[in-house]
Amino acid sequence: MTNDAQEAATMTVEQQLAADVAVVEAMPANEGFEPEIIVFACHYCAYAAADLAGSMRLQYPTNVRMIKLPCTGKLEVIHLLKAFEAGADGVYAAGCLEGECHYLKGNLWARKRIGHVKTLLEELGIDPKRVEMFNMSSAMGARFAETARGFTERIRKLGPNPVRPREGFDPAEAVRARMGDAALPDDSAAEVAGAEITAIIEEGLKT
Amino acid sequence: MSSAAPERSVGAALVLGGGVAGMQCSLDLAEGGYKVYLVEKQPALGGHMAQLDKTFPTNDCAMCTIAPKLVEAGRHLNIEIMTNSELAALEGEPGNFTAKVTHDARYVDPAKCTSCGACAEVCPVVVPDSYNMGMAGRKATYKLYPQAIPNTYAVTKLGQSPCKLACPAATSAQGYVALVAAGRFKEAYKVAAEPNPFVSTCGRVCTASCEEACSRGDVEAPIAIRSLKRFVADWANENLPPPERAEIKFDEKVAIIGAGPSGLTAARDLALLGYKTTVFEAKPEAGGMLRFGIPEYRLPKAALQQDIDRVLGLGVELRVNQAAGKDFTVDSLLADGYQAVFLGVGLQGGRPLPIPGNDAKGVFTAVDLLRDITLERPIEIGKKVVVIGGGDVAFDAGRAVLRLGADEVTLVCIEDDESVPGSDEEREEGSDEGISLITSRMPTAVKTDSDGRVTGVEFSACVLGEPDARGWRPPVPVQNTQSELDCDTVVFATGQGLVADFMQGLEGVHVERNQIVFDKETHATGREGVFAGGDAAATGPWTAIEAVAAGRRAARSIHNYLRGEHLVAVMDKRKPEARPGEDILATLEVTPREVMPHIAGATRMRTWDEVSTGFSMEQAVAEAKRCLNCAICSECYECVHACGPGAFLHDEEDTEVDVSVGAVVLASGFDPTPLGSHGEYGYGRYPNILSALEYERMLSASGPNQGEVKRPSDGRHPKKVAFIQCVGSRDQDHDYCSSVCCMFANKQAMLTIDHEPDCKPTVFLMDMRAMGKGFDGFYQRALDMGVVYIRSRPSDIKEDPATGDALITWEDEAGQLHTDRYDMVVLSVGLEPSRRTQDAAGSLGIALNRHGFCQLEEYRPLDTSRPGVFVAGPFSEPKDIPDSVAQASAAAAQVMVSLAYSRGTLTAEKVYPVEKDVVGEEARVGVFVCHCGSNIASVIDVKGAAEYANSLPGVVCSNDTIYTCSSDSLARIKELVGEHDLNRVVVASCTPRTHEPIFQDTLREAGLNPFLFEMANIRDQASWVHRDEPEGATQKAKDLIRMSVARARELEPLYKIDVPLTHAAAVIGGGIAGMTAAAALGDMGYEVHLVERSEKLGGRVLEIDRTIKGSDPAEFVAALERRVLANPKVKVHMGANLTDFHGFIGNFASVIEGRDGARTPIEHGVVIIATGAKEDRPEVFGLGSSQKVVTGMDLEKLLAEDDPAVKDADSVGFMLCAGSLDENKGYCSRTCCAQSIKNAIRLKEQEPDRPVYIWFKEIRTAGLTEEYYTRARELGVVFTRYDNQERPLVTANGSVQVDFKDPYLNKRIEMPLDLLVLATPAVPNEGNEDLSKMLKVPLTADGFYLEAHVKLRPVDFASEGIFLCGSAHYPKGIEETISQAYAAAGRAAAILAKPALKAGGVVAEVDQDKCAACLTCVRICPYGVPSIESDTKKAKIEAAACQGCGICVSECPVKAIELHHYTDAQVFAKEEALIGEQV
Repeated sequence: MTNDAQEAATMTVEQQLAADVAVVEAMPANEGFEPEIIVFACHYCAYAAADLAGSMRLQYPTNVRMIKLPCTGKLEVIHLLKAFEAGADGVYAAGCLEGECHYLKGNLWARKRIGHVKTLLEELGIDPKRVEMFNMSSAMGARFAETARGFTERIRKLGPNPVRPREGFDPAEAVRARMGDAALPDDSAAEVAGAEITAIIEEGLKT
Repeated sequence: MSSAAPERSVGAALVLGGGVAGMQCSLDLAEGGYKVYLVEKQPALGGHMAQLDKTFPTNDCAMCTIAPKLVEAGRHLNIEIMTNSELAALEGEPGNFTAKVTHDARYVDPAKCTSCGACAEVCPVVVPDSYNMGMAGRKATYKLYPQAIPNTYAVTKLGQSPCKLACPAATSAQGYVALVAAGRFKEAYKVAAEPNPFVSTCGRVCTASCEEACSRGDVEAPIAIRSLKRFVADWANENLPPPERAEIKFDEKVAIIGAGPSGLTAARDLALLGYKTTVFEAKPEAGGMLRFGIPEYRLPKAALQQDIDRVLGLGVELRVNQAAGKDFTVDSLLADGYQAVFLGVGLQGGRPLPIPGNDAKGVFTAVDLLRDITLERPIEIGKKVVVIGGGDVAFDAGRAVLRLGADEVTLVCIEDDESVPGSDEEREEGSDEGISLITSRMPTAVKTDSDGRVTGVEFSACVLGEPDARGWRPPVPVQNTQSELDCDTVVFATGQGLVADFMQGLEGVHVERNQIVFDKETHATGREGVFAGGDAAATGPWTAIEAVAAGRRAARSIHNYLRGEHLVAVMDKRKPEARPGEDILATLEVTPREVMPHIAGATRMRTWDEVSTGFSMEQAVAEAKRCLNCAICSECYECVHACGPGAFLHDEEDTEVDVSVGAVVLASGFDPTPLGSHGEYGYGRYPNILSALEYERMLSASGPNQGEVKRPSDGRHPKKVAFIQCVGSRDQDHDYCSSVCCMFANKQAMLTIDHEPDCKPTVFLMDMRAMGKGFDGFYQRALDMGVVYIRSRPSDIKEDPATGDALITWEDEAGQLHTDRYDMVVLSVGLEPSRRTQDAAGSLGIALNRHGFCQLEEYRPLDTSRPGVFVAGPFSEPKDIPDSVAQASAAAAQVMVSLAYSRGTLTAEKVYPVEKDVVGEEARVGVFVCHCGSNIASVIDVKGAAEYANSLPGVVCSNDTIYTCSSDSLARIKELVGEHDLNRVVVASCTPRTHEPIFQDTLREAGLNPFLFEMANIRDQASWVHRDEPEGATQKAKDLIRMSVARARELEPLYKIDVPLTHAAAVIGGGIAGMTAAAALGDMGYEVHLVERSEKLGGRVLEIDRTIKGSDPAEFVAALERRVLANPKVKVHMGANLTDFHGFIGNFASVIEGRDGARTPIEHGVVIIATGAKEDRPEVFGLGSSQKVVTGMDLEKLLAEDDPAVKDADSVGFMLCAGSLDENKGYCSRTCCAQSIKNAIRLKEQEPDRPVYIWFKEIRTAGLTEEYYTRARELGVVFTRYDNQERPLVTANGSVQVDFKDPYLNKRIEMPLDLLVLATPAVPNEGNEDLSKMLKVPLTADGFYLEAHVKLRPVDFASEGIFLCGSAHYPKGIEETISQAYAAAGRAAAILAKPALKAGGVVAEVDQDKCAACLTCVRICPYGVPSIESDTKKAKIEAAACQGCGICVSECPVKAIELHHYTDAQVFAKEEALIGEQV
């Protein structure tokens, strides 16, 4: 597990997001960049919290797209990687509060896997902050909205997913800007990273 | 307990109370084969638990845990939910009751309501939200809380407001006032104009009986309703466009004679109904008396014309200068093709009094005078004018002649000062303008000069006589009181007459005493097709609003006539008058009525300018906000207009129904103790003093502050919060402990720190009653977090008025007084038994105990005094959620026992068509995009999204619907499935959490597998949360639809298969828990194996000599044993153990192994663990070193044998918590306080002078056991607290001596005793560990069994089909054990009642070809479901037991497991679709 991931595992949502502000604030704003973010939400808590945010008419950015799972325990590493390969700029899981999982421990497994994916991303030269685990109860509509806002802001700062080709946007340049030259020995590094993800996924599917 | 009248019993039960206990009971019963009527007084289920933020001792989110229950209860085919309902009476016998259920109108049809919430958006009435304990507002049209089930809105309507009832035209005055208060003037105008086109006019000159009736008049002054009406009219005239022409829907034409208020109202209403109407008016302009009788300064012609223009704008034809009888006749109209004629003629003739000189020069009638002024005819008026009359017309005439140039105007009337008929306003304004008024004078003659010109009027003083038949009081002259007034002009304002020449000879229409004769209700005259209204058809000159009302009624009557319907009364529906209670009025702040600006008297008296200039917008809103919303629902009908599916039923009536049931369960819960009686703590006076439930809402993320803790007085975050325990418990009025408030306060104190880390909570308490499982650990956590506990009951709280802080005065244990300052105080309010059920107890025939709780007999914790009626939850005694839930399942079991023979007789099962086989077919997706009224469509381009969906691969049809879930839309989905041969369906609308089952059901009805359905949430997760970004929201909606279509194409049908089920149970343990559970299941007709390892049934309860109520438990045990042994279904295996257990829910197989080694294989569907607990004998306080130190159970034996060690003991001490609540055993054994107090009382009663001492850490006599604590103290038992820091020292060799610290004296005392009784802890029975391993069920750290969910599944294990009860779960008393045993039986029966188990659907399945048998899944499944098959040596997941979480799927290193409905292909499809093909 990376240091980041270890830290994140012991932090509250507020702390996680607050820490980001400090880290990410220094980064240049990506004017006009609207990130695509996938949220994996468990049926019992986080999905219900998102609905409650709706009932309460709490406003948050339009960037998050939800995929409902019975439990974040069902969230597989391969699904997280696939999201990046497909081009998502950020991915997070939202599960029940720790100790309150409807399926007893699913959210704890999810946290572990998110930590693992952070390590993989880092190895691939993708900022591990692009993936995160959050916890909330079904009564926390406000927390859902706040998380969506905070995470969108984070990804907005981190810029586009470097493995996704976009018109008028050089992914290699973007990665270099974020990670420094060392992370990207040559211009094809982004493609390499994308290919590596594909390889990991294919390997996973084979076994 | 035996089955009553089995052959005739009804297979249904009524459960009263939709809280968590009622829901659990209903679910168990419905699953167990019974039809259930779930009766709830609120509009939604959930009870108090739905209001909680968190639940102790885990601090789980309450909503998370209760929401699935809500959904389950709401969806169950065999639970009929009756909300807004009350069980009023119960007749009949057990097995065959008739229950009378009253139902308060909901005013919304639940079958049509889609819960879109558009109604609440537009509702202008805001009232305190009871769900949020009044700390937030809600609308009159509301859903109790966002997750409420039934997921349906309701209207709070207390009747009708006094203002509406007082208005002749039934104007919803409260409605437009509320809309003005909300700043919604357009809607306000619509409401004001709905019954009355003369908004502008009546806003100026209405007699406003609404204001006379206004409740606010009882406070300081009524709402200025009329002025508000004028405000909205003036606003509308400036801001609203002219009306559109009304559509003509019928061929019939209607003629209206007279363009006054009644005629024009009738014309307008008929035009709106769809008739061509023509108004004939004799005068050159429309308006009738409004135009020709009311002077300009009071009603400007322009204002009147605005009203008239809005009528004419609808297409009403006006023909002026058309005099009836001259230019046309009624007959000619009928001949000209008018099918109906309305006579809206007024009283146009002025009538002077019949006195000498009434025809002199200079005499006018007011009617003629005012008419001539309007027509601008030349009028010769003198300088000194006398007006005869005191009504508004007299004032109008007097004030008008001033403006014509008169110098002096005097009004003379027959009425006395008190009864002058003119309005206060006219009198005041007249007086301002210099008009004098002389009362109690009747004119006797008009004096003239020789030319016949007026010179004066002669009067007599008079009094008013007795009223005649029509209510008129004739004046009676007083003898010899003649006087004379000089003047040159006299105006008679003394009456009007009908100029009805044209009616002469009109067949069938009669005129009597100046009035047209007509039917008062239908307005029909004697001539068919001819109707009448207005001043000429009334009991005398009327007011404008009454004329309007008459026109309205006549129009509806004419419509009925023309449509060939019966001419029936078409009066407005009236409901009882609603007024706010005295308590509300008494606490209102006085807010003066807004005064409308007007031109000063001296300035205005010579001009015709309008006197009053109208409210400003700010004034209007401020004035409207004074409204008290008497009826809550204002009947503005904004909701009706906003509701797309037409679900509102504002005329719904309250109803009463009889339901036939075999049994009844009272689960009606508690009411918080009202705080009025505890005024000493300042509740209600000091804003920073809250009740615990109020504070709970404040802590809740979905509460009024979204979880922010703030002082109500100033919004400041508190730094010191005090909790005061036992408010409304353990006092003179409540000699019981409310059981839950200590833990409630612990929880709230901890949550306070979570929310406000630098806040210091302090709890003032007498005892910490943490006697439940895990409660002491929870208390310890609170201590660790820094919560401060003070052992004191504060005597007084005062508010520091400067800061709003609370000053709490309290006494410490040494008797020292302290006063401390706190920012905020929370009162831990006690629980009282449901007041409604207490009130109904008489009609239900059940006895209550002295506290008002349900009267229960010992050993029968579920039976009320009426056979066939059972109880569950706090209505029996204060209890927490798990105890209530357990009791609920137990009551269900009791019902199942009593109705065993009628099981399954009334349950229904829905039949669906055969499902079409779609395997191998190419996906043909149908997409339905919902507008949800305007909920989605106001933000998202729904049509665009639907068109876009049509372009997606695999989509063969796409549709947009206003409400996709309305029944006609669902029918359309079914049609389209057939038409387009659809094999996948996607709905883009609200949330699958509430609506997926509805659509899946539609698929099944259409012959498709329900798993071929997919939903995109574009409301809760798009339109509602991106209101300000319509483009982004539309894009997101399209993305979500694209993702859903992509997944839909990958969906596969899933089938639930029937898994056979063994209808037998194994019960482990033959104590009272095991015996009770076995007997209950046996009585229900299931085979039971009761396995007891000893040679005797009864368990440890037999060691007790006498219960606290004085009975011998052995008798109860013997009876229970007879019941068990007598039942042929129950096989008792003595001296035996259960071994070789394997299998899964419904299909367990085990071996019963006797002590002799005999092995009996059994098959069973369920297991119940009832292995009990035992008393520990730790070597503390001298136990074991002296005969004089014994345990509680030892004492029972000594008492039973009347042993001299007790009998002759001169002093006895009890040491509570001996070896518990300490570092060894951190938990409370729950029963020993009561046991010790029971025996202390017995010892005192035997020998009152014998000193008895009790040393304790905590006294935990929860619930009604508190009485015995009170009794013990009354008998002189000495109670002394100790703690783990300063434990008493016991010296025990020959004698016993206790050395302890007296906290009050603050010094140590040595106390010699003859007997010391230790309350030692209860510990789990040996063998728990082995059994837990065999059954694969978990234990707690203390060695007791760990249930599936502390709150809502107290007798279940996470592994399906395994249950527990009794002290194996946690130490408990006899009644609790019986209750839990029934609960386990009830839960087990809910499984055994099924012919077969349904398995499959969203479950994990192993591909055994890939499986490497690595055991990962076996190890990590939280439910222990996967196993390695013995023959294949591969993992297998039993579908019937799988919970479908997918944890194993994600961890399987070789991806050999798949979770159906969440396959890789399905998840990848969504991910790829998001980015893949955007538009």
